[in-house]
Amino acid sequence: MGKILRRTFLLGTAAIAGGFAVGWYMYQKPYPNPLEATPGEGVFTPFIKIASDDTVKMVIPRAEMGQGMLTTLAAMIVEELDVELASVKTEFAPAAKAYYNSAMLEEGAPFPAFDNSFVAETMRGLQGVVAKFLAMQATGGSSSTVDAFDKLREAGAAARLMLVQAAAEQWGVVAASLRTEGGKVIDPALGKSLSYGALAEAASQRKVPSDATLKPRDQWRYLGKTQPKLDIVAKVSGKTTFGIDVRLPDMLFATVRMNPRQGAAMTAMDDGPALVLPGVIKVVNLGTGFAVIASNTWTAFQAADAVKPQWAEAPYPATTDAVFGKIEQALALGEGFHMRSDGDTPAEAAGRGGTIKARYSAPYLAHACMEPMNATAQWQGDRLTIWSGNQAPTSIVQQAAAVFSIPAENVEVVSTYLGGGFGRRFETDFSILAARVAKETDGKPVQVTWTREEDMRHDMYRPGALCEAEAVLGSDGIEAVSFKTASQSVMASAFGRLEGAMTPPGPDKLIVDGLWDQPYDLPNFHVTGVPVDLAIPVGFWRSVGHSFNPFFIESFMDEIAAASKQDPLEMRLKLMAKHEPAVGVLEAVKEMSGWGTALDAAGVKTRGRGVAFCLSFGTWVAQVIQVAETNSGIRIEKVWCAADVGTALDPGNLEAQMISGIIYGLSAAMGQQITFADGAAEQGNFDNYDAMRMGQCPVIGVRILENSPKMGGAGEPGTPPSLPALANAIFAATGKRIRSLPLSGEVSFA
Amino acid sequence: MELKVNGKTLSLDTDPDMPLLWALRDVAGLTGTKFGCGIAQCGACAVLIDGEPVRSCVTPVSSVSGEITTIEGFAAEDGTLSAVQQAWVDGQVAQCGYCQSGQMLAATALLKANPSPTDADIDDAMSGNMCRCGTYPRIRAAIHAAAKKLAGA
Repeated sequence: MGKILRRTFLLGTAAIAGGFAVGWYMYQKPYPNPLEATPGEGVFTPFIKIASDDTVKMVIPRAEMGQGMLTTLAAMIVEELDVELASVKTEFAPAAKAYYNSAMLEEGAPFPAFDNSFVAETMRGLQGVVAKFLAMQATGGSSSTVDAFDKLREAGAAARLMLVQAAAEQWGVVAASLRTEGGKVIDPALGKSLSYGALAEAASQRKVPSDATLKPRDQWRYLGKTQPKLDIVAKVSGKTTFGIDVRLPDMLFATVRMNPRQGAAMTAMDDGPALVLPGVIKVVNLGTGFAVIASNTWTAFQAADAVKPQWAEAPYPATTDAVFGKIEQALALGEGFHMRSDGDTPAEAAGRGGTIKARYSAPYLAHACMEPMNATAQWQGDRLTIWSGNQAPTSIVQQAAAVFSIPAENVEVVSTYLGGGFGRRFETDFSILAARVAKETDGKPVQVTWTREEDMRHDMYRPGALCEAEAVLGSDGIEAVSFKTASQSVMASAFGRLEGAMTPPGPDKLIVDGLWDQPYDLPNFHVTGVPVDLAIPVGFWRSVGHSFNPFFIESFMDEIAAASKQDPLEMRLKLMAKHEPAVGVLEAVKEMSGWGTALDAAGVKTRGRGVAFCLSFGTWVAQVIQVAETNSGIRIEKVWCAADVGTALDPGNLEAQMISGIIYGLSAAMGQQITFADGAAEQGNFDNYDAMRMGQCPVIGVRILENSPKMGGAGEPGTPPSLPALANAIFAATGKRIRSLPLSGEVSFA
Repeated sequence: MELKVNGKTLSLDTDPDMPLLWALRDVAGLTGTKFGCGIAQCGACAVLIDGEPVRSCVTPVSSVSGEITTIEGFAAEDGTLSAVQQAWVDGQVAQCGYCQSGQMLAATALLKANPSPTDADIDDAMSGNMCRCGTYPRIRAAIHAAAKKLAGA
């Protein structure tokens, strides 16, 4: 690894310095356990409750938004606790510092995943220290399993040991002579047993041991094997409570309409026509928009349509062309920051071969979760309760405390299941809006549901991006290569939305994620990022910077292969030969797809295969996509995906997550884009912001590998390679190189 | 207004123009049927009326006279899941689960009309139901599995 920018700390040196000022003592001190035992119940760590009737409850610290974490996290605890996975109950954790996510920030350290040097590991460790002080309970960055793997197994092992010690004391025997199975402590010598429920209250009073040993992998019963999801029966029965399904006594229903020119004010409003409708209770001026409170959601929607608001001008250029004009200007004139400055630039290497250049673009994108944004809130005096499906409970607490000037202890967040998250529910806006509306209901709870149009026009979009790529190709291959991406900073935008938060100093590496951190062994490699100053709200969209930069670099690598008459898959194998996980996934998709064998064109005009690779969130992924050109357009026929996650905790769920990431990526690649006119998003619903449907879905084969020495994430890494693999397949089939997303700008899809 | 839902007659005090979706969710308290788009584009709100799939988000409650089946009415009284629900469990189909009520409603209607659907039949019948988690391959497999089970039953 060559020179890379070392000062792009995700949270900045100020946060780290602050951490050290408080000292290591504080770091070592655990956060208080937010759980309180009911009579007869034992609470063990912030993650486990055991009742006297033997009910074992797992307290799940992360969001369940389809990524299967409820089950995998429960399996980690159960593996060590020695109870049956299918027998446990689950509940989502309250918002509390004890549930902070350390791995999410370690991913933010400015070192690529394959850098295992002392410096890189130390910096990741420091990010973990910062995480402890920030104590952010959040689900994102594909970090849940990595963060929880030791933490939750240790919790399970500690609780088991406490139960064993309690039984040993009761029987007057040594703990080491006892064993556990199926929720019981057993004394084989005396032939006696006691259930966990009978021991729980006494055992939970014991000191939490720090020396509980973890089972070696060959003794795992649940981890490493596909598990039935604990929530599946409820989900097929319509019994899962999503945020939108919260029902409370005396609950009112509401909706909001905010200025579609995001962030701008509402200058006037005529609510007369709304107030005369039966069932309408109140129209509330929210400054940048309004809310209608009614007896049911549909009446609130109808009444909101009847209100006549006047909207101020957008704080950003009003049209897509003008927005991209600003990005273009930044790309051309901005010096930016250098995340990689290895060896010669293409300009310096110009004499050593021919130069190729390409310009790529990616649009703004909405998350489009199936469940539109919503939350329910209730004020009781100066105490606030918010029910919401969210990815960041402690951020909601902090934001509510700041917005309403109340102590954080007065805010309770009840987290529900999420009807999709994809990064959108990392934001606090929908929860805070519900709390603002609830200020107007005299203490009654109110559910605030957004229309689909409101959801799509008030998203924190995946930012649009432009990239300039340049390479010098000599007789031995790539002499030098450079990438320069210009885009809005997601970090600056996201931190700007949090009251009292300091935007982290230093450049936002998310702008160049997917470029600088790839394991291409090239001595002359340059990556530059240029932040673009625009006020369009942008946020974390499944895989974040890795959602557009891999399209740029992997398309360009394909162009380099074509220009130098190399096989694109073999070229990647050669350039990543030193990295076993990269070679493993590339060899796997080569074999799975029959790469290199002739494709017939029976029944279609032509067929072709494309390949792409991306290392993101610690997981190494290669994909091959096969397309056919038909009379009705491009048909995506097959996708092969190999993913190296280091340690595969639930292979079946990993397969599902890879497929999910691929379909999410292909949906975007095929046709999604948010465009702006008159300062507002032009797309409002699925009629003009569609996603892949059943009839377009390819056959997808997934292989999970475990060559990587580190555990990687699963929710996001399937997405990044899917977009360039599709573009590369279209090139292979048709000879048409498409450099702008969505690809529907130049081809149609069958 | 009276509605026949899952074998019961419900008396609801609603505006006749209110879409069935909101009458079920906000008035009758049956939240298994989901709001996704409000314009019949995503299928999350699908219910069966006399066995036929209907988009409840654009169906005025006053226009409904038949027997409505929602996801809450799929399982037998004793809790035994329907063949489609069981295939969804066996195939571990659901991810976030939000669209799955609509998906299972559409699949149930398909299998009633066509007990052994081909992949092309599934494409036709299911393309109106969006899933952002990308569960389509497992939905397809589950429909084939349910068809096989129903044929053997």
